[in-house]
Amino acid sequence: MIWNKSKECMSRDELVALQGKRLAKIVDRVYHNVPYYREKMQEMGLEPGDINGIEDVEKLPFTTYEDLNKNYPFGLAAVPRSELVRVHASSGTTGKPKVAVYTRRDIDIWAECAARCLAMAGVTRDDVIQVGYGYGLFTGGLGAHYGAEKLGALVLPMSAGNTRKLIDMMIDMDVTTIACTPSYLLHVAEDLQKEGLIDKIKLKYAICGAEPWTDEMRNKMEELLHIKAYDIYGLTEICGPGVGTDCQYHNGLHIWEDHFLPEIIDPVTQKQLPAGETGELVITTLTKEGMPLLRYRTKDLTSLKYEQCQCGRTTARIQRFKGRTDDMLIIRGVNVFPSQIEAALLTIDGTTPHYMIVVDRVDNEDTFEVQVEVEEKFFSDEVRELEKLTKTIHNKLKVALGLNVKVKLVEPNALPHSDGKTKHVTDNRKLYN
Amino acid sequence: MFVKQLSIFIENKAGRLNEVLMTVSGNGINIVSASLADTNDFGVLRLLVSDPDKAHKVLKEKGITSKLTDVIAVSIPHAIGSLRDVIFAINEAGVNIQYIYGLSLNGEGASIAMKTDDMEKTVEVIDSMGVKMFTQEEL
Repeated sequence: MIWNKSKECMSRDELVALQGKRLAKIVDRVYHNVPYYREKMQEMGLEPGDINGIEDVEKLPFTTYEDLNKNYPFGLAAVPRSELVRVHASSGTTGKPKVAVYTRRDIDIWAECAARCLAMAGVTRDDVIQVGYGYGLFTGGLGAHYGAEKLGALVLPMSAGNTRKLIDMMIDMDVTTIACTPSYLLHVAEDLQKEGLIDKIKLKYAICGAEPWTDEMRNKMEELLHIKAYDIYGLTEICGPGVGTDCQYHNGLHIWEDHFLPEIIDPVTQKQLPAGETGELVITTLTKEGMPLLRYRTKDLTSLKYEQCQCGRTTARIQRFKGRTDDMLIIRGVNVFPSQIEAALLTIDGTTPHYMIVVDRVDNEDTFEVQVEVEEKFFSDEVRELEKLTKTIHNKLKVALGLNVKVKLVEPNALPHSDGKTKHVTDNRKLYN
Repeated sequence: MFVKQLSIFIENKAGRLNEVLMTVSGNGINIVSASLADTNDFGVLRLLVSDPDKAHKVLKEKGITSKLTDVIAVSIPHAIGSLRDVIFAINEAGVNIQYIYGLSLNGEGASIAMKTDDMEKTVEVIDSMGVKMFTQEEL
């Protein structure tokens, strides 16, 4: 089903005209309300009047995580504090978390975008949806929740973690739709299968996101649960889940171009690349009030397809993600940077031991192991001291990352040391192909 | 009256213990006793050797983590209750034993190596009992 036909199926000409109008308006707004952007534009000799259409977007400055960090927490807000109604945050590379602030209208537009995504999957007001994303600063829970309510579906705000309750309620309340991370859904599916409960559920759709996943995972969950599974994309800085999703033709993620202007750039030259070529996805928010972002560099590598989709929608489609331009890992939906691990290890005794992060997916769940080399200064002849060290590292990483990490002490030189850039991550999940 | 114990960090991997021991003996160092405390992922090998400083050095050169620690090597006569008597006296003195393991030193009786949270006091207590402790040279 198409939730907002006039916007989702607009002709390209109409869409480009609308985007141009909105871009000019948002540039005018940040120029006058966000000193940081005004200064950036003035340095470039740019005035709001120079931006008259989307062909002018290339003239605008980029926004990066470093810009967000410099302006933490509310420096990029374009409205007075009293207009803001919500804060979301996710972990940053180093230093402060990435924070996004929203006005009431931002929340409404986000809900509209998430509703479009859910409708694309087939969800209607007659459906019962379990939201299995975490509720909190993470955008997943509340993002999917507001979208589902906008649609008029009946929402169970499960949050993440209690699989037993999720399964019981799924059966008791005839749940038809689930929104959660793909790895978690596979975990739920296997539990249902083990307990012989597959015939008892009424599940039809799954909307999965917050981590990259593969066609094999989709096939597996569709086969096990007899459902249709869809991929949803979002990022805290832009709005969370609802930036785009895939339709029944699974031909890329439809991005809501009336609200988000996508570009693909060469991450090195920073020049726009022609449609179809792979580069870094850059998004300009066209309607955001709280924290509009000009040319935000997502660090996600992908390409865009503009041909009209068989489903009738005319929006551009984000193609399969090819990786990241940075070393961010997504573990069970949580963003993790190796630098966070390094910083946590540094607090143990003032120096960083050699370490290696080993990520894998076992039984469809991410495993996350940090191997730490035991140098003489960390070593003790007493086993309990070494066990204490393991526990200390575990606790520090838990605080820093919000994740349970398996810590393994290894011998020095067990890990590859290379000249120059030491390799700190081994990811065996094969998520990007 | 302490002897130097060489403690070595060893991952639980096939052949690893062999490699470490080869490094020690290959450098003409005699291993007097060996004891391994193991956990799921790693073990701590505790050795008494003829030349602990040299052993520490050669292991370090090979990138193997080791450490020298003082322990007390005690001769325990072959008589019922003789080990208990020593442990009892240490306990009475308010000293905690961190670990203990059997040694295979030449001589009449058995012997043990131990580490406690108050090594000076432990030596005093054992000495006052007239129980023999080995010196580094006697190993």
